[in-house]
Amino acid sequence: MTGTTGLDTVHRAVETPDEPQPYADLGLEDDEYARIREVLGRRPTQAELAMYSIMWSEHCSYKSSKVHLRQFGELPKGDRMLVGMGENAGVVDVGEGLAVTFKVESHNHPSYVEPYQGAATGIGGIVRDILTMGARPVLVMDPLRFGDADHPDTARVLPGVVAGIGGYGNCLGLPNVGGEVVFDPTYQGNPLVNALCLGVLPKDRIQLSAARGVGNVVVLLGAKTGRDGIGGVSVLASATFDEDGPARRPSVQVGDPFTEKLLIESCLEMFDAGLVAGIQDLGGAGLTCALTETAAAGRSGMRAHLDRVPLREASMEPHEVLASESQERMLAIVEPGKLPQVLALAQKWGVLATAIGEVVEGDRLEVLWHGEVVVDVPPGSLADDGPVYERPTARPADLDALRAAPEPAHPEVDADLVLRMVASPNLCSRRWVVEQYDRVVLGNSVLAWPEDAGVVRLSEETGLGVALATDGNGRFTRLDPYAGAQLALAEAYRNVAATGAVPIAVTNCLNFGSPEDPEVMWQFAEATRGLADGCRALGIPVTGGNVSFYNQTAETAINPTPVIGVLGLLDDVARRTPIGFQEPGEVLLLLGETRAELGGSEWAWAEHRHLGGTPPEVDLDRERLLGEVLVAGSRDGMLSSAHDLSDGGLAQALVESALAKGVGARVVLPAGATPFVQLYSESAGRALVTVPRSEELRFTEMCSARGLPCTRVGVTDGTGEQARLDVQDVLDLPLARLREAHEATLPALFGPLAGS
Amino acid sequence: MKIGVVTFPGSLDDRDAQRAVRLAGGTPVALWHGDADLHGVDAVVLPGGFSYGDYLRCGAIARFAPVMGSVVEQAGRGMPVLGICNGFQVLCEAHLLPGALTRNGGLRFLNRDQELRVVNTRTAWTSDLPERITIPIKNGEGSYVADEATLDRLEGEGQVVAYYEGANPNGSLRAIAGVANARGNVVGLMPHPEHAVEDLTGPGTDGLGFFTSVLSALVP
Repeated sequence: MTGTTGLDTVHRAVETPDEPQPYADLGLEDDEYARIREVLGRRPTQAELAMYSIMWSEHCSYKSSKVHLRQFGELPKGDRMLVGMGENAGVVDVGEGLAVTFKVESHNHPSYVEPYQGAATGIGGIVRDILTMGARPVLVMDPLRFGDADHPDTARVLPGVVAGIGGYGNCLGLPNVGGEVVFDPTYQGNPLVNALCLGVLPKDRIQLSAARGVGNVVVLLGAKTGRDGIGGVSVLASATFDEDGPARRPSVQVGDPFTEKLLIESCLEMFDAGLVAGIQDLGGAGLTCALTETAAAGRSGMRAHLDRVPLREASMEPHEVLASESQERMLAIVEPGKLPQVLALAQKWGVLATAIGEVVEGDRLEVLWHGEVVVDVPPGSLADDGPVYERPTARPADLDALRAAPEPAHPEVDADLVLRMVASPNLCSRRWVVEQYDRVVLGNSVLAWPEDAGVVRLSEETGLGVALATDGNGRFTRLDPYAGAQLALAEAYRNVAATGAVPIAVTNCLNFGSPEDPEVMWQFAEATRGLADGCRALGIPVTGGNVSFYNQTAETAINPTPVIGVLGLLDDVARRTPIGFQEPGEVLLLLGETRAELGGSEWAWAEHRHLGGTPPEVDLDRERLLGEVLVAGSRDGMLSSAHDLSDGGLAQALVESALAKGVGARVVLPAGATPFVQLYSESAGRALVTVPRSEELRFTEMCSARGLPCTRVGVTDGTGEQARLDVQDVLDLPLARLREAHEATLPALFGPLAGS
Repeated sequence: MKIGVVTFPGSLDDRDAQRAVRLAGGTPVALWHGDADLHGVDAVVLPGGFSYGDYLRCGAIARFAPVMGSVVEQAGRGMPVLGICNGFQVLCEAHLLPGALTRNGGLRFLNRDQELRVVNTRTAWTSDLPERITIPIKNGEGSYVADEATLDRLEGEGQVVAYYEGANPNGSLRAIAGVANARGNVVGLMPHPEHAVEDLTGPGTDGLGFFTSVLSALVP
């Protein structure tokens, strides 16, 4: 069907109502297709069918998750939220006339098919979401989950993903200040590659996507449109991998970070000059999504001339142009009088800019191909009126057995156990990964890996800055999705507070299996309920997020993995608290309470491949109190270091804090629980801090006045070659040996570190 | 003193270089790749990044930018020029410095704090430096290469500015981290001094010495 002779125009659709259409192949259900016919009062054209199949896909329409996500919109907004859920990313007021916008998204399936490009374009996509809000992107983070560390396919996926994130993010000049790397066989056939970006903008420069003003010009900016990524959202993101299905590499997009960098700089100059009336990035669903969402948001009519879109391949058909997910493109709505300035700025940066349409009277989106109408639809029917499903839920049949599974016998802790644990894949050093990321570009990274949270300065004048952490624990969430989501939220909250920042907002990336599986849907419903209740208890709003379903291979879903990002605010980044022991002779304090909680723990997994029992108890009031104490301790200059306790418990925190600057410690575990429980329990609501002796009394009195348990567990001791970790009657190891064990694991699996 | 910092399409550390100039006490001036006018600056920094995406060969396209004609001309008259990372690559492509930079030995991008041994403090950019400094390195193509005769000449005539100390991070021949031209006004360096100018954001302030050096050198 090339040329215009065989073109499936609206006119032709009216005349050939009974022509069979491949809607099922495009992922549409029978009743969904019937509804499209009802909306249009005729059969859709080929191009319209492509558009509906994309916009009504799970990925774009959130049709299975919508009813559950409403809870987040009902949370108290607080007084900082300027733009909430629904726009490309939420915007939060951080004072001093500045606002930040942040969001985390998944690029899981593309990254499994083509690790480098999948991960790279994941960065590109989230960065454009942030740019769309009017913000300059200033940092990225990557929560990553892979199959077993020593599985041969992980050796294919992980290096490609890491190189792709670095290749794209480094070339954009965005510091990568944190994230996660988790290994678990549950992700073997379905790794999770989530990408977070944060941007900063003057409060009065927020850009919105609405296309308004009859006569305004629709301008396509950036890369030419090609056949790459067609079907990305409907084929890749909204379906399950099966073992012997066809290769899906053509559905993965190819990234060009250089073009994206130019797009960023040119768009920011346009925002500064007040040249755009509306802006929307082209991501999943490409031009289809951008045209319909801008028109729908503005409640406007729009006419687009598809043949004006610059193409990489001249033979592309209209439905392909509409569905292409070619990267590095933005759609701007521009007043006619400002068009010359927009074109001039684009030219300055070497960015292609093409007027492809205009805002018109009425409420229809009309798309023309060489003068013939191929699409004539109400844009709201695509963008807002997609199907909404109340999917059936069922508590997983195996859950009771899993939760009742007997815990492996607790061992005596000795040096060998500690060395094995710090070298285990989920607790070992991430140096191999993060050395491939630029962590310092832009000159504002105050804390980055291996810190609890990334801390980035926003203002050189005042020191205003933000802290960000992401966390998720698929094992806890498998054992109890409600508690698991809250534990992820609590951990990210704790990580942010440990730096001294006040937590102010939440984003999320909800990675789950197929929503058509009632047991997965139950996990999703429980996790979202847990997250909403958790945010309410902590008093912080959800500003946006992303749902990634169909993370499964054939019938096997991943462990449900809500990844939660918490944003914190520091009035002066100079008072940030790092995780590392700073000098010998300081007092080591454990905040919070340790119970025998090893269900779903890293010890049970690393030592026994055991997943069972119940996750640690959640106490959000305690988390809030702990956060307040950590912030107050930073504000009053009492804390030298603070490290949250989570995976691997106190033992892991001691090792990481000691290795950070090479300062050792002498630890005396309090009487009571066994050394094993004290060192490896993963009870929530805890942190390990150091205070100078001169501050000890003031700090411990503050804790007791506020009712936060605070236990003296030792002193920091020794630097250089003398530095050791000595836990009285349990172990005594030189830091050098701990470091060697901690750092050897990933290089042994994926290749030597640079220079060794 | 006015220090120009060139922005090419794809430059990334341009504002960081401007900040370093400012913290050292100089006045940064933004220069644009397409503008041959150097706007009266006293020295020029070519910053890090991926000019033109580094798609052909690092620095290979940037050297043809209009601004580079003026930079080459003024460098010939003795104006101090510092190329950092991508800027070093551009200086090599422009033949202001000998040798070339190729992919890191490990074939991966590398970002870490790197100790350097400074061996030439007679250049316009290094007079204030101590012998040992630690500044970040971050690049994918930082392996310095030249033929043996050139390397011998550079070492013999004191044109090597700094060596990597400890493990060679990227396979640079003879662990060379930076070189100067014979006159000492043009310096290229792979690691990033502009990212070690504040205790808060870098491994220390060892990088500031490059920028204070040039300000002293420019005092008439």
